[in-house]
Amino acid sequence: MGDEVLSIDDLYVSVEGTEIIKGLSLTINIGEIHAIMGRNGAGKSTLANVIMGHPAYEITSGSVKFKGTPLEEMEVFERARAGMFLSFQYPSSIPGVQVGTFLRKSVSAVRGDTAPSARDFRKELKSHMEALNMDRSFLSRYVNDGFSGGEKKRLEILQMLLLNPTLALLDETDSGLDIDALRVVSDGINSVAPNAGCLLITHYQRLLEHVKPDFVHVMIDGRIVKTGDATLAGKLEAKGYDWLEA
Amino acid sequence: MSGETAREAVGDYRYGFHDPENATIRFDKGLSEQVVRDISELKNEPEWMTEIRVKAYNRFMEMPMPKWGNCNMLDQIDFDSITYFLRSSKGTENDWDDVPDDIKNTFNRLGIPEAEQKWLGGVTAQYESEAVYHSIRDDLEEQGVIFLDMDSGLREYPEIVKKYFCSVVPASDNKFSALNTAVWSGGSFLYIPKGVHVEMPVQAYFRINAKNMGQFERTMIIADEGSSIHYVEGCTAPTYSTESLHSAVVELIAMDGAKIRYSTVQNWSANVYNLVTKRGVAHANATIEWVDGNIGSKLTMKYPSVLLKGEGAHAEVISVAYAGKGQHQDAGAKVHHLAPNTTSNILSKSISKNGGRSSYRGMLQVTPKASGCRSKIVCDALMLDADSQSDTYPTMEVGNASADLEHEASVSKVSNDQLFYLMSRGHSEVEAMGLIVNGFFEPFTRELPMEYAVELNRLLELEMEGAIG
Repeated sequence: MGDEVLSIDDLYVSVEGTEIIKGLSLTINIGEIHAIMGRNGAGKSTLANVIMGHPAYEITSGSVKFKGTPLEEMEVFERARAGMFLSFQYPSSIPGVQVGTFLRKSVSAVRGDTAPSARDFRKELKSHMEALNMDRSFLSRYVNDGFSGGEKKRLEILQMLLLNPTLALLDETDSGLDIDALRVVSDGINSVAPNAGCLLITHYQRLLEHVKPDFVHVMIDGRIVKTGDATLAGKLEAKGYDWLEA
Repeated sequence: MSGETAREAVGDYRYGFHDPENATIRFDKGLSEQVVRDISELKNEPEWMTEIRVKAYNRFMEMPMPKWGNCNMLDQIDFDSITYFLRSSKGTENDWDDVPDDIKNTFNRLGIPEAEQKWLGGVTAQYESEAVYHSIRDDLEEQGVIFLDMDSGLREYPEIVKKYFCSVVPASDNKFSALNTAVWSGGSFLYIPKGVHVEMPVQAYFRINAKNMGQFERTMIIADEGSSIHYVEGCTAPTYSTESLHSAVVELIAMDGAKIRYSTVQNWSANVYNLVTKRGVAHANATIEWVDGNIGSKLTMKYPSVLLKGEGAHAEVISVAYAGKGQHQDAGAKVHHLAPNTTSNILSKSISKNGGRSSYRGMLQVTPKASGCRSKIVCDALMLDADSQSDTYPTMEVGNASADLEHEASVSKVSNDQLFYLMSRGHSEVEAMGLIVNGFFEPFTRELPMEYAVELNRLLELEMEGAIG
């Protein structure tokens, strides 16, 4: 139990009166990689957003706890400071705010007293950017402004590496990536995974060839209908989802 | 507006403190021809200046209030309750230690002496009606740069002042330029000789301390052929429950090939009317740049202008306006293409919050003989809530078909997704809003000297506090 980072119990979530998640339970421990697969519209992104606290999503019943603390007691930024991270499917652009400034401010907001000195921060940043094959010119661009899909995803992973979360939620991080980008992004996830709980949301198997999940969950119509090991992903790729529907 | 509302309007306004009023000379409230003559006499001005003042006074009395802008607010100005001249020290010192303690402390709190040491080529500090401190670096003086407060400028260089005074902004240009011309006091006088490039910016700081004060500084900058200068000004005032009036006139003259950049960060308290006329004339291949930020005041009406008089001249007007509760920022730009192959860029960005109103008012003119002109105008407005207001009044008069003109305008809101994204990175809602707002103003802030940019960003972050329910 000491290793439990996320526990979801019989969760129901609505968006503007429409129920999207309908009784979902899930527990994630430190060091575990969970993948949630399913068709578009199954509620996968809703799950990621509701865990992080998007204001448009309303929990109507059930509970979500982060390291034992009910999430409804925490503001979005408090969740981030406590060690939760969401890699967005569609990250917002923030015109006029340079990536470098944004990263430095975010690191000091999230890591607080344990934030690195300016010098150490630059070192950390440099090594992560090299690992992700990102040019230094990234730092003076505006956050996600005019970024390609692949650039956005790399910036998300860079943030994850710098913020060093204990719970990483990755929403469709593999979509829009070419094969090289997929590899560097996967390396990033793998480097965070041993010390965090990871939840990968995807509807392709290809990410899972690089990041080995401990559990694969299939989500249909707001519920987890099947859980298995990594081989389940291969089965889904071959057979689709129809066989799982009642 | 009550004092409390005034404070709310600008969030945590850090400059709202005031000193005891220790005037050495204070005129009775109200305006008359005698007040105008008394100001001139007190300053031992030449006869011709007294005549200009009296004529301007008569024009002011004849001219009606503007029938545009925020008429409602304008009509609330009580010209009889304003003090038109207040002298608060014996003279203009060139050593801070000789400035009266209260006043020196105020400028210390505003960080002026510190900035002077670090990065400025010269400083004028005006307190109420006159400069209390003035200095210029020796190396600039040796190159022949003249930087004085305007009163000293008139005393020491009457021929230059006589030649250019009212040459760019005639007294009768508008009611408030007439008022300024009648009762002007203080401001900067700056002359840069041919070919001299002043690398460090020079700064003027304007502080109103007394209640119901009228501050009417007059600034004249003449950049001779091929020279360049960056002039920076800032301003603050205490927060009072009654209004003060700041009505300046600024005239810039950029000779052939000269470049003048004039940067302003206006941060008056929310009880100050800020009604200012700023205009420059650019001769052949000269550049005039207005970098104009309006954060404070109750009502600002200000449209920095450039007359592109010589072939190949260029104008740049970058402005931002922030309107909070009870504030109306009516700002913009005017560019007149009077000669061939002249170019201009206008970028205006405004933010409205808590019921504040910001208006862009612009004029772009191309005269028939001005062939081959190019101009680009971009206006972006950001609304932080549904109670606030933003409007645009662009005017174009194009008399030459060869002109290449672009005009873009946008109005946007802060989206929930942007806020959520930033908050998911550990930023509180207020901090997230601050980042978005600073980013929105970035095309402006990056043009400022770094120290000003940092201060402006901090200021905007403070503005976001208490703004979110």
